[in-house]
Amino acid sequence: MKVAVIQFPGSNCDTDCQAALASFSGVTAEIVWHKENSLAGYDAIVLPGGFSYGDYLRCGSIARFSPIMGAVRNAASTGVLVLGICNGFQILCEAGLLPGTLMRNRDLLFRCETLHLRVANNDSPFTSVLHQGQVLEIPIAHGEGSYFADAATLKALNDNNQVLVRYCDASGNVSAAANPNGSLENIAGICSHGRNVFGLMPHPERVCEPILGGTDGRGIFQSMIDWMATHKSNN
Amino acid sequence: MKAVVTVMPKPAILDPAGVAAGRAMEHLGLKGVRSVRIGKSIEIEVDGADEKQLHEICHDLLSNPVVEDYKLEILS
Repeated sequence: MKVAVIQFPGSNCDTDCQAALASFSGVTAEIVWHKENSLAGYDAIVLPGGFSYGDYLRCGSIARFSPIMGAVRNAASTGVLVLGICNGFQILCEAGLLPGTLMRNRDLLFRCETLHLRVANNDSPFTSVLHQGQVLEIPIAHGEGSYFADAATLKALNDNNQVLVRYCDASGNVSAAANPNGSLENIAGICSHGRNVFGLMPHPERVCEPILGGTDGRGIFQSMIDWMATHKSNN
Repeated sequence: MKAVVTVMPKPAILDPAGVAAGRAMEHLGLKGVRSVRIGKSIEIEVDGADEKQLHEICHDLLSNPVVEDYKLEILS
C-alpha cells in the first residue's frame, strides 16, 4: 500500500513520518510536495508536523490553502485515511476537516517532552489494534496545542466517541495535572465524524523504533495499515 | 483601497498572553488592571477589491471564527 506524506514549506517531520511508515512491511511512503494537485493512487495521507509557512498568521492557516489541500479534502470525502500530526492536526482544523482549533498553550511555553496518552476510543481506523484505556508513551513538541471547541462541538465529539486519545498520567488517569497545554478535557487527538480523518498533537512517528526510545507509536500506524488492508481504496 | 482588519480573541476565550501582559503591567505599577486582550492588526492596500471579497478573506484566512472575531475598516 502507498501512503502520501505531504510536505509543506516548513514541514520538518515529513521524513520521520516516511521512515516510520516504511518500517512496516508492504508499505511505501512517498513525500508529496504541497503544490501538487492530485493524490490519486494513495491509500492514505499523512500531514506531518513542523511549522508550515513559519506558523505565520496562525498555525496551519496558510497551508490549508495549498493546492494539495483540495486533493486531501476530496480523498477524505471518499473515505481515504488522513492522519494529521501536530502541525498536520492544526492544518486539518484550519481546513475544517476536523472541528475546533488548537490554541496557544495555557502556560505560553513550548512543551517538548514525552508524556502519557490514554486510548479513549479504539473503535477507529487509527486505534483499532490498541486497547480501550491503554496508556501510550509518546512525545509532544508544540507551542499551540491547546484544543478548543465550543460547548456544542465538544458534546458532539463526546457523543460520537470522536476523542481517540487524551493526556493522562502514567497510571492512565486523565487529570488536570497531566494536561500539558490546557486542552479541553485533556484532548490530545480527535477523529472526524466519518472516523477516517484523525488529528493529534503528539508525535507517534518519533516512537516507532526501540533505538529512538520507544515503539508506542507503532500501534497507530499498524491500525491504519490493518484498516487499509481490509478496505482497499478504489483509487 | 486601504483597509485595516482587527482580529481579537472572542470574549469568552481565555487569552493567556493577555493575562501575562496584564500581570507585567501590574508589576510596572499600573493599578487596577481589569483585562488585557491581545489581538492583531492587519493593514491591507489593494486595487479593485470589493468589501464583500474582503469580508470573505477576513473570515476564511485572517481570523479563525472558532476563537476570534474580526473588524474590517475601510479607510479609503
